[in-house]
Amino acid sequence: MRAEPQFAFLDEGSKKEIRRATLKAVAIPGYQVPFASREMPMARGWGTGGLQLTCSLVGKEDVLKVIDQGADESVNAVSIKKLVQATTGIPVTERTEEATLIQSRHRIPEIPMTKDQILVLQVPMPEPLRKYEKKESITKRLHAESEYSGAWLMLFEQIMKYGRTTTGADHPVLVNGRYVMAPSPIPRFDNQKMDHSEALILLGAGREKKIYAVPPYTEIRSLAFEDHPFKGEDFSGKCCRFCGATGVFLDELYIEETGVTEYQCNDTSHCADRLERQGEKEVHHATV
Amino acid sequence: MQQFEERPLLKVENLTKQYGPGCGECSQPGRPGLIKNYCPSCGTVYACSDVSLNVYPGEILGIVGESGSGKSTLMQCLYFDQDVTSGMLTIDDPELAGENLFDVSSQRKRYIRNHKYGMVYQNPVKGLRMDFSSISNIAEKQIAAGGRHVGKMQSAGERLLDVVSIPLFRMKEEPRNFSGGMQQRVQIAKALSNDPPILFLDEVTTGLDLSVRAAVIDLIKQIQRDLGISMIVVSHDLAVIRMLADRTLVMLNGRVIESGLTDQILEDPNHAYTQQLVYSLL
Amino acid sequence: MGYVAVKGGTEAIEASIDRLKYERLKGGKQVEVSAILSSMRLLIDQVMSEASLYSPELAALAIKQAEGSMEEAVFLLRAHRSTLPRLYYSETVEPERMAVERRISASFKDIPGGQLLGATHDYTHRLIDFSLLDEKEEERNQWMEQYEAELSALEKATGDGTYPKVVEYLRNEGLFESFEPDNTEPDDVTKNVFQFPASRSERLQILTRGQTGAVTALGYASLRGYGQVHPTVGEVRVGQLPITIPAHGGEDEDDSYYIGSVRATEVESFVPMPSKGPDGKQELRFEIGYGICYGQNETKAIAMSILDQCLEHPGSDAPPHDEEFVLTHVDTVESTGFISHLKMPHYVTFQSKLDSVRNTRKGRDGHES
Repeated sequence: MRAEPQFAFLDEGSKKEIRRATLKAVAIPGYQVPFASREMPMARGWGTGGLQLTCSLVGKEDVLKVIDQGADESVNAVSIKKLVQATTGIPVTERTEEATLIQSRHRIPEIPMTKDQILVLQVPMPEPLRKYEKKESITKRLHAESEYSGAWLMLFEQIMKYGRTTTGADHPVLVNGRYVMAPSPIPRFDNQKMDHSEALILLGAGREKKIYAVPPYTEIRSLAFEDHPFKGEDFSGKCCRFCGATGVFLDELYIEETGVTEYQCNDTSHCADRLERQGEKEVHHATV
Repeated sequence: MQQFEERPLLKVENLTKQYGPGCGECSQPGRPGLIKNYCPSCGTVYACSDVSLNVYPGEILGIVGESGSGKSTLMQCLYFDQDVTSGMLTIDDPELAGENLFDVSSQRKRYIRNHKYGMVYQNPVKGLRMDFSSISNIAEKQIAAGGRHVGKMQSAGERLLDVVSIPLFRMKEEPRNFSGGMQQRVQIAKALSNDPPILFLDEVTTGLDLSVRAAVIDLIKQIQRDLGISMIVVSHDLAVIRMLADRTLVMLNGRVIESGLTDQILEDPNHAYTQQLVYSLL
Repeated sequence: MGYVAVKGGTEAIEASIDRLKYERLKGGKQVEVSAILSSMRLLIDQVMSEASLYSPELAALAIKQAEGSMEEAVFLLRAHRSTLPRLYYSETVEPERMAVERRISASFKDIPGGQLLGATHDYTHRLIDFSLLDEKEEERNQWMEQYEAELSALEKATGDGTYPKVVEYLRNEGLFESFEPDNTEPDDVTKNVFQFPASRSERLQILTRGQTGAVTALGYASLRGYGQVHPTVGEVRVGQLPITIPAHGGEDEDDSYYIGSVRATEVESFVPMPSKGPDGKQELRFEIGYGICYGQNETKAIAMSILDQCLEHPGSDAPPHDEEFVLTHVDTVESTGFISHLKMPHYVTFQSKLDSVRNTRKGRDGHES
């Protein structure tokens, strides 16, 4: 009754099937490829789509980084790392540039990724038209016919009601001029990082049983009307309270003791990296 | 009536829509064995049998018939809501020249619907999104036809709402808050918003109060006058057809039994069924 | 003990897992897996059915590990199943060959073979039995001895335990249509993608794996009026189904290995439905709604039979007739997973929404047009 653990949890047949779906996804950028999502030892909705991609791709030479909402040490990121490590023994890292495989929930790292890396994004709701049309059989048809009025209509309605679009994260994008895609709930700030990304970006939705992809150097355009250009979250005039970074996605914190709102890098490893380099500089200065 | 010498804008040849396999009996020319539209030997129902028609630029073509006559099926087939069993549809448009539009891909059919067609359904629920604002409803059709400029679409939508007499201060309200007549007018504005050369109207006045009905009919006439759009109007009510249509087809059991200028049909109906219709009108 | 969301995740998880173990052990007494196996029969049945993995031992272990949480126990089995290679498909199981332990029909008083009440809670009064508080082992043994003695006297009279199906009786009368057996390979939803519209084999698999509560609720909704299926239960049977796999390289096509049996509940519901006779005239005809699941779980199997019938008739607007609505929402691992994911941090998504909400207010406060 006791079973020996499989390398990367899944049996080889399952991995092959997931890789086949992944190849198809790469071949048709932005198209949601259905796949027979396996049950994972983590709850559906907690990144099982991403995890299945990671497990199907990981080899013995890989170095894994996992981030959750920007943080390497977030409990869920730790939990995913533990599982992959326990079943593969591969090293994990927090440094973006060291990783070959990065699984992330809702963020794209601040450091530009390279052609030697794969970014795996976890997706809760892969269907960008779902709020407009609840039936899968119909949305599938709408994609086939390139009928995206619904996605635009939702933005138009927001502009009519509030004077501007009010999308939060997961602002829909047009992939390679063909498929409208949910970029997963990354902030609007990160949408531009997908455009002509050097790294392969794979998106996995375990519960909804879909895999889709943005192959390297693919054009990604955030949906926006001509007279209402797309805007990311605005952090102008703000910087990280630790490393001083600007032009990055910041978390907003209310400091109880002082009663002041402060900001800090959301990408924790990027922040730590900057701090470390600043520290080296200081040390350098001290020795001179 | 110079317009009838022109080339038809929309031409339908031998449109057939059947439910069932068909057999040797009912597949013969003229389908002589049918009881009404039903084949007793194989159980096939012919909702539309070999329907041919032309719509000329700027005219209103009326299609009248009782329920079950096939007129609504015909319109659904023309609007690609249903697939035909056989037949040919051509539209005189440089983009669509020489193609049987019943045979093109669903992506292309979608293009035709978005760019060349407008549709007003009997039930506004089918044509409108009741939980989006009225102005967004109108914009939906413009977006589908490639509109990507909010300001332009909004002003075009406002103009159309004005045409159909919806006060602009209500444009951000959802149509579910509107009366039936107002919903129908929003639907008409939506159908017109992509400047379609062809507009379909399916029993648009059915279920409306008499005064509201008169207003909607006036609106349709006005649109034809001002915009020169070709229309196909389907109704079971000859009174509506009389007020709107230049020419009329009478349908019974899935077939066209009579066609001609509306005045002519009203003055001198040939077919017994048409006579019955006309007399009941008087 | 504070919990910092960003840093110290590793330590926090370790501590939380220790705490979980402490909660499991602190009472001082532990139930053995063998005790769960022998005394929690229906719980095990339900776990196996929702997990779609038939293994009473593993289910009992999962129940122990999950501290009795249904959703956790099912989840453990499902995840375990993902690691196992699938070596064989069984041959088609013929429910006529079920060794019946219980079998009733609500349609006929006298069914060929007779009604067999078997073990059921249906006719117990739901009064808490305080005598179980201090049930003595010797009393239990004494009762067992006596009962088994009575039983052995009876068992000599009975046959192999199989019974004819009630539906066969009606089929012989022409009230049910006879169909050729459909021998197309079923679509395996655990290995292949299923898409809408789903095949019937896919529908039945999703339903039999469905969460008991979810399947019951939707079947109940249909019965109450959110749907058009109000069946009569033709037959509910519970018993052991023999499972065989084809023998490899066997000369004879009929060669197969018996690998054991599974307890299952099978339901056939009779639903009158309008249909067209050979002359094209409308008539009524009975159709069958089918329900089956691992173990003894009659409510689920009956509800499944209702939903099977609902999904065969998608015309109604009621949700139980809507294939996408039913099939995408009854799976326990999916629904509990997605509900529970709301506990995860959503800082980035919230920050992003905050930015949007503030932007809509800017104009009003006069900061920006």
